[in-house]
Order: sequence, then C-alpha cells, then structure tokens
Amino acid sequence: MANNEEDVKLLGFWASPFSGRVKMALKLKGVSYEYLEQDIVNKSALLLELNPVFKKVPVLVHKGQILAESHLILEYIDQTWKNNPILPQDPYEKAMARFWAKFVDEQVGPVCFKSVVKADKGIEVAIEEAQELITFLEKEVAGKDFFGGKTIGFLDLVAGSMIPFCLARGWEGMGIDMIPEEKFPELNRWIRNLNDIEIVRECIPQREKQIEHMMKVAERIKLA
Amino acid sequence: MADEVILLDLWASMFGMRTRIALAEKKVKYEYREEDLENKSSLLLEMNPVHKKIPVLIHNGKPVCESLIQVEYIDETWPGETSLLPSDPYQRAHARFWGDFIDKKVNVTARRIWATKGEEKEASSELIEILKTLEAELGDKRYFGGETFGYVDIALIGFYSWFGVYDKFGNISIESECSKLIAWAKRCMQRESVAKALPETEKVTTFISQCLGLE
Repeated sequence: MANNEEDVKLLGFWASPFSGRVKMALKLKGVSYEYLEQDIVNKSALLLELNPVFKKVPVLVHKGQILAESHLILEYIDQTWKNNPILPQDPYEKAMARFWAKFVDEQVGPVCFKSVVKADKGIEVAIEEAQELITFLEKEVAGKDFFGGKTIGFLDLVAGSMIPFCLARGWEGMGIDMIPEEKFPELNRWIRNLNDIEIVRECIPQREKQIEHMMKVAERIKLA
Repeated sequence: MADEVILLDLWASMFGMRTRIALAEKKVKYEYREEDLENKSSLLLEMNPVHKKIPVLIHNGKPVCESLIQVEYIDETWPGETSLLPSDPYQRAHARFWGDFIDKKVNVTARRIWATKGEEKEASSELIEILKTLEAELGDKRYFGGETFGYVDIALIGFYSWFGVYDKFGNISIESECSKLIAWAKRCMQRESVAKALPETEKVTTFISQCLGLE
C-alpha cells in the first residue's frame, strides 16, 4: 500500500497534548505525514474549512478524508495501519481504555489544571480534589510498565501527552508538586518508562517553552 | 456459560435509552434495575466509583460505564447479523464524531432550558441551532448512517422523548423548526427496540414539571 507523504496531513499546534498524541501514533506506525502548524488564535481558513464544527486541532487528512477529535483520530490510525497496535483486541479491555481516556481528557484535564489555577475553594482543596482523580490512574497502572501492558497503547498516548508533558509543566510553573513520588510511585515509574521511549520524546513540546505556554494559559483562565 | 447482563439505569435517562436500544437491537437478554439517584445503590457506587452515574452495564460481573462506550462494547461483544457501527475505519470515525458532537452539545445546552433559571431563551435558540446542524448531517438519508439504523441514531433518539420538555420550558416548537429531524425520529420510533426504550414524552414532561415544583 503506497504511503506518500502527500496522503497524510496533520494540522496541529506545538503545545497541544491532543496534537502531540496523534504525532506519537503516526510515528509509532511509521507513517510519513505533512505537518501543518496552526495558529490557534488566528485560525487559518484551512482549519475552519476542515473542522467547521469545532474549529480545533488536531485534524488529520488522509486520502482526502477529514478526521477530527484526537481519540477518533487515534482509533482511525490504529484501524488503518495495523502494525504496532494501539488498542487492545478484547472488547472489554478496549472499553476500559476508552473509558479512562475520556476520564483523562474530560475530568483530569479540567480539574487538575483549570480548577487548580482558579482555586475557588483555596489551593489545598483544589490540589486534594485533583489528587483524588489522579489516584484512579495510579491504581490503573499499578504493576504494569504502561497502561497498555508491556508496550505503550491508546491510554498511554492520551494520558502521556496530557499529564507529564502538559499538565505537569503547568504544575511546575505554579510551584506545585502534584504527583509526589511517595504518594504516586506507580505513576512516577510510568512517567520514567515513557521518557525512555524515543517516539514519546520526539513528539513532546520542549520543557521550558511548554512551562511558559502553560503559564500564559493559566493567566487566561484567571482572567476569564 | 450463560451471559449475565445487568443494566443499572433510570427510566428517563436519554443515555440509558441508548444502551437499552443497543441491547434490544442485538437481542441480548438482560436484567434492568431502576436506580434511585437520591439513594444510589451500593452496586452502582461499586461499579462506577469514578462518576457514580447511570447507565452502568455489568457483563458477567465486569462494569462498562459511559453510554456510547457501552453501545460500542455491545456491538463488538455480540456481533450478530447487524452492526451498529460501520466497518470502514473512516465511516466509523465519522459516526463516532457525530456521537461525540451529540454528547458535547445537546444535553449541556438542553439542560439549561429547564434546569437553569433565566437561560431558557438563549439555550433554546442554541439548541435549535444544534438540532439544525444534526438535521443537515442527516440530509435526505433515512437514518444518519444511511439505509441502516445505527450508532448516531442511537446516540440521538433518546432526546426525542425530552423534546416536550424543551418545547414547554423553552417556549419553542422543535417540530416546526426541525421537521426533517422529527420525521427521522418517527421512523426510529417504528423500531421495536426504540419504541420500548423511550418513555412517553408526556411522562417525561410531567416528571420534570414535578421536579421543578410546578405540578
């Protein structure tokens, strides 16, 4: 099956964990693609044309077919390029991976960053509530190298792009130790394992730049 | 070993309706258990400790939470003769995109019509816009997926039983604004799985009116 660079295009944003995880998936599968960095403030005509419903990155274009929403893009990539599978085969394991991925993006993301920045009930309460959610993930990864088992999978890509290389940069900038080793030994081990994977390292934003970016995001949250 | 399938649910939940429809489409036998959300069962809290919400599908003791995840799980576990999702990866992603859109947009907006004071006008006009977007996606097709009833139809149809609530509290008429969508809903209602899963609109409207202390 031909795999010309022109066949696959990815519209993304350098700091976005949603874009980052798609880059990881494409790299994992050895798929060449053309990357188009987007300005998410002054959105391009192309982005608005390709994703008129949500107007967001990432957007994947493959053979003229347009896909939006990172979870859906990851599953599409997994079904189209069968090497190095991302999702488990078993329907129950798959349902669990999808459940936790939804949890990461819809609960962990907002509660562990936005709510912490706003700290409506004080910073200690915000951190406590954030850590309650993170504890669920600590239990999920216990005893495993990765959420996916011996190799990285769907949940590793989602949680990996979101937590250590996005939210954690925000916590660092705010001077918060959200996932200390003594409280979250399993997650810390998982993060060290992720750092050993070349594909992951190549697709994450540069640390200082990301911290600076997250601080700007925090400012916007406070002003909103 | 026979499958043991239990569904923890609430009669009026448009999310629970999705799972009921999917199970019926696949002719899966299951035990339905009505939950009291004011007094959640220990089983619910044990099976969904993260969200403590219905619906929860319990298959041979193992829980699956989140209605659209349940619909996909049902489709994959009991393949049978009919598929609820297309097999082509792009068509599949397309269907899931619209399911996701419905999840992100419909309930959040619709709730504001009756659950939040003072927002009825804004929320109801936003809801009409969202429904019109869905109507445009439906186009002239029989169902969202084409000729066969499937995932996106299942994701949306439960809300039809709530249209009376939105009409009443939003002072709108969804039927006059989105007639094609209503025609689609009526087609879906001819399916046994849907007719059995959806409560009567009047029952839902009365229930909400009672919740708000208006009846």
